[in-house]
Formats: sequence, structure tokens, C-alpha cells
Amino acid sequence: MVVTILTTYLITIEIGKLHTRRDIFLKENKATLSRDEKKAYREIIKAKQKKLLILCLFVDLGILAVLKYTNFAISNANAVLRLFHSQEISFMDLALPMGISFYTFQTVGYLVDVYRGKYLPEKNLGKLALFVSFFPQLIQGPISRFDDLSKTLFAEHSFDGRNVTFGLQRILWGFFKKLVIADRILVAVNTITKDPENYQGIFVFIGMLFYAVQLYADFTGGIDITIGIAQVFGIKVQENFQRPFFSKSITEYWRRWHITMGTWFRDYVFYPISISSPMLKLSKTSRTKLGEKIGKRVPVYLSSITVWFATGIWHGASWNFIVWGLMNCFVIIVSQEFEPFYSKFHNRFNLRGTYGFRLFQVMRTFLLMCSIRILDCYRDVGTSFKMFGTMFTKWRFSDVFQGALLDLGLEKSDYYVLAIGVVILVMFSLKQRSGNVWEKMENGPLLLRYAINIVLLISVITLGAYGIGYDSNQFIYNQF
Amino acid sequence: MEALMNILQELHPEVDFKTNESLIDGKVLDSFDIITLISEIHEEYDVRIPVDEIIPQNFNSAEALYRLIERLQDE
Repeated sequence: MVVTILTTYLITIEIGKLHTRRDIFLKENKATLSRDEKKAYREIIKAKQKKLLILCLFVDLGILAVLKYTNFAISNANAVLRLFHSQEISFMDLALPMGISFYTFQTVGYLVDVYRGKYLPEKNLGKLALFVSFFPQLIQGPISRFDDLSKTLFAEHSFDGRNVTFGLQRILWGFFKKLVIADRILVAVNTITKDPENYQGIFVFIGMLFYAVQLYADFTGGIDITIGIAQVFGIKVQENFQRPFFSKSITEYWRRWHITMGTWFRDYVFYPISISSPMLKLSKTSRTKLGEKIGKRVPVYLSSITVWFATGIWHGASWNFIVWGLMNCFVIIVSQEFEPFYSKFHNRFNLRGTYGFRLFQVMRTFLLMCSIRILDCYRDVGTSFKMFGTMFTKWRFSDVFQGALLDLGLEKSDYYVLAIGVVILVMFSLKQRSGNVWEKMENGPLLLRYAINIVLLISVITLGAYGIGYDSNQFIYNQF
Repeated sequence: MEALMNILQELHPEVDFKTNESLIDGKVLDSFDIITLISEIHEEYDVRIPVDEIIPQNFNSAEALYRLIERLQDE
């Protein structure tokens, strides 16, 4: 992290100096230079800045690549070497710094923004280091933007009781999700997914639903804790979720789930690739060769595939995540292609907007996302697809009613807790639709507010999953 | 302006681009549309819209987008 911070600091300062030099030169020579001369000067400066940008990206992303992906590369190389019966390469013992993917992305975002001239570089090394290493978001994000976070991160703060109250409530809510729900249901998810020989068919379906609950409670709970801690200090961290499980399409889902990662990939990978010179050239060629309709899709889809490949591998150095990313891309492209059919269908049956159809869309998106997420759960891609298949070939509904649910490592009481917990989660999300729940609580009866907070606190203390097999220090996303 | 209107209309025939001023905020245009637009504008006006200009203010209305094209042509 120190290398990342120092390199980025020094290089962004140089890029900033070039911005200033360019602006002064163009201002001083405004009257004497022709349009072409100004353009040529801008291009000279841009070329110098680009070299610096590439150097910094090489260092920042290089560290991430070496530490995170070396062993993945070795395992793939070994698979090839095995085919030729050659000697295999031994794995390297590399320690992965906590939150490396998050702070690297945050730093790269800052670097690119300075390069694009969105804002001037931070001259105070301490402030830049604070931005990169701001502790609450180090574990699992959100991936903040410098111009957004710096507004409150570097501001002077005086004690604000409202911020402290809101922050503490948010932390409590986060712990409730994490300790009472996520860490409890995790036991059943692990039992099912670590034993694919015995748990197939309907158990894969149950595991898939349970994992959706676990991931949601774990990740959003962690982010609640992060935002809450920051809020106690008067610092505003960007929201990362917007009730994603109520999305009506997969594209909408990705606008509402892990928002800061989605916008990061959009701004720093998708757009730059899509509108780069080679892509614009390709767009022209593909239109002439393949016709207007298909031709213009080529660059968009090519960029999408690249982005989803990158998103997949960012999540983890394994083929499971790469295939997971590409599956997301596949569904998005297919739904994009089917759009004219959907329109025809809606024009004919006029169902769009009806409650029943919206509910169908929400359920469809949820189940689709759950199915793709199976790849997160099983040891390899082959097993994931096989298990997905068993949902259709080995479905025995009776299995569940013969006490098998109680063999998953959870007691009856755990299921009651989980059922109540999930109902609370759903109710909270429904309330959130018409505005911020914490502000509503603030304006509601004081007694109710106290009652809710006390119940949450007691639940976390007494119902939090602290026993053997539970590891509350681990968040699913901190491995990324 | 007419050429830009044609490009937009072809992308979303159902939208009234003369009056709509919240193409991004109202989620009319998504990132796929933006890429297609940029590529078509490049073809039509020989202007490259850089990534840092992809902000809601520049894409929220046909008028704003046209102003951006003119500004970039002048630079």
C-alpha cells in the first residue's frame, strides 16, 4: 500500500504540473496561436501525461496482479504443462494485503481522474494516504471517489450528536445482518456446497436461496458498518446498495448492487475501451461489413465482454469468477437482443407496469442472479454446472420434509431466527422505498426508536452466531 | 442538429428528444446507448467525445449534447 500511495502521489503531482503548464501556456499565447497550434500543444502535453499514467498504472495494477494472480497463472500453466508431461512450476507463497483490490481501484480512480483533469492532484501526501487507507472501507469497500469522499474526509468536524446516533444505529443494523443472519445461514450454505455428492437437486436450490440471503446480509451488513463508522466521525461514504433484490432486470440489478464497483468499471474500463480509437475504427469497419444493425453492436458487446471478464477476475483469481462474469454478460446481451420481442409482447398484451408482471420480473431477476451465483459456491466450474443441472434432474421434494433441513448444521430455533430476520430485511427494504428509514425513525415516536435499537442490540448479543464454525471477522467480500 | 436528432430518434423512437431534458437522470439512455451515440457522433461530426465529458449534464438533453459537439468542434 505504501508503494502504491507513494508512486501515485509523485506521478499525479507531475501530471498536475503538466495540466497547469498547458493552461498557462495556452492563456499567455491565446492571441498568437492558431487553432491547430493549440491542438498540437495539447497533444504534446497529453502524450507526456499518458506516459506517466501508464507508468503509474503499471506499478499500481502490477502489484495487484503479482500478488493476486501469480498462483492462478501458475495453476493454469501447470494444467498446460501436464498435457505435455513437463515438470510443473511450484506455487509461490504470497501474502495478499487486506483490501488490496479495493484500495488499488480507489487509487487508480484517483489517478485517472487527475489525468483527465477532473480535479487537481492532492499536494498533501498525508491526505492522499488517508484517502487510500481510510480504515472502515478498507475491508470490503465501497470504492470511493476522491472528489466525493474528500469533501467530508478532510473537513474539520465538530461533535454532531445526530451523526453519532445515525452512525451507531447503522452499525447496529449492520451487525444484526452480519451476525444474526449471514453468519448463521452460512453454516447451512457450507454444508450443502462443500458436499456436492450428497446434496443435490432441491438442496442446490435451497443452497442457492440461502446463499443469496447470506451474501446480501454479509455484504450489505458490512457496508452498513463501514458507512456507520464513517458517519460517527462525520464522514459521508457513498451508498453501495439500493434494494438490489427488487430489480426487474439484470442491468437494473447491477445498477443497484455493489454500485461503486459497477460505476468504477463503467467509468474507468467500459467507457475508455468502448470509445478508444481502435474501437471506433472497428465500429466503422463492422458497420460497413456487417450492416448498420449488427455492426454497431460489435464494439459495445466486445467492450462488455472485456468489462465482465475483468469484473469476474477482480472478484477472485479463479475460473469460477471469470465464468460468473461472462455469464452475467451473456444474460445482459441476450436480454438486449430480445428487447424488440419484449416490446412486441408488451404492445400486444399490455402487461408492462401491472403489479403481477412486475412481481414476475423481480422473481425472474432474483432467480437468474441466484443461478449465476452458484459459481461462487462450488469448488470448480464443472461442479457448479453439474449441480445446477441436478436441480432439474434430481428434484425430490420429499427429501426436505424428512428432517434433512435439520442435518445442515442448523437447529429448528436457527430457522425461526432466520425466518424472522429475513422478514425484517424485506420489511426494511419495503420501508426504504418511500425514503430513508433512519430519518423516518427519527421523526417517529421516541419510545419506538429506543425499542427497535434495544431489540436489535439484544438480538446481536444473544442471537449473534459466535460459536464454533462461525468466524465473524470474515466477510465474504474481504477475500476480494 | 437535425443529424443528431436522427441519430437519437433511431436509438429510441419512442422518446421525444425535443422536450426530454432528463435522458440520463430519467434512465432513458443507458451506457450501451451512450457508446452507440458517441460512435455515431464520431461518424457524423468527426468529433471524439472524451470519457471525461460523459457526464449527465452533457447527455441529459439533445440540446446539451449538441452544445457539447459544437464546443468540441471549436477546440
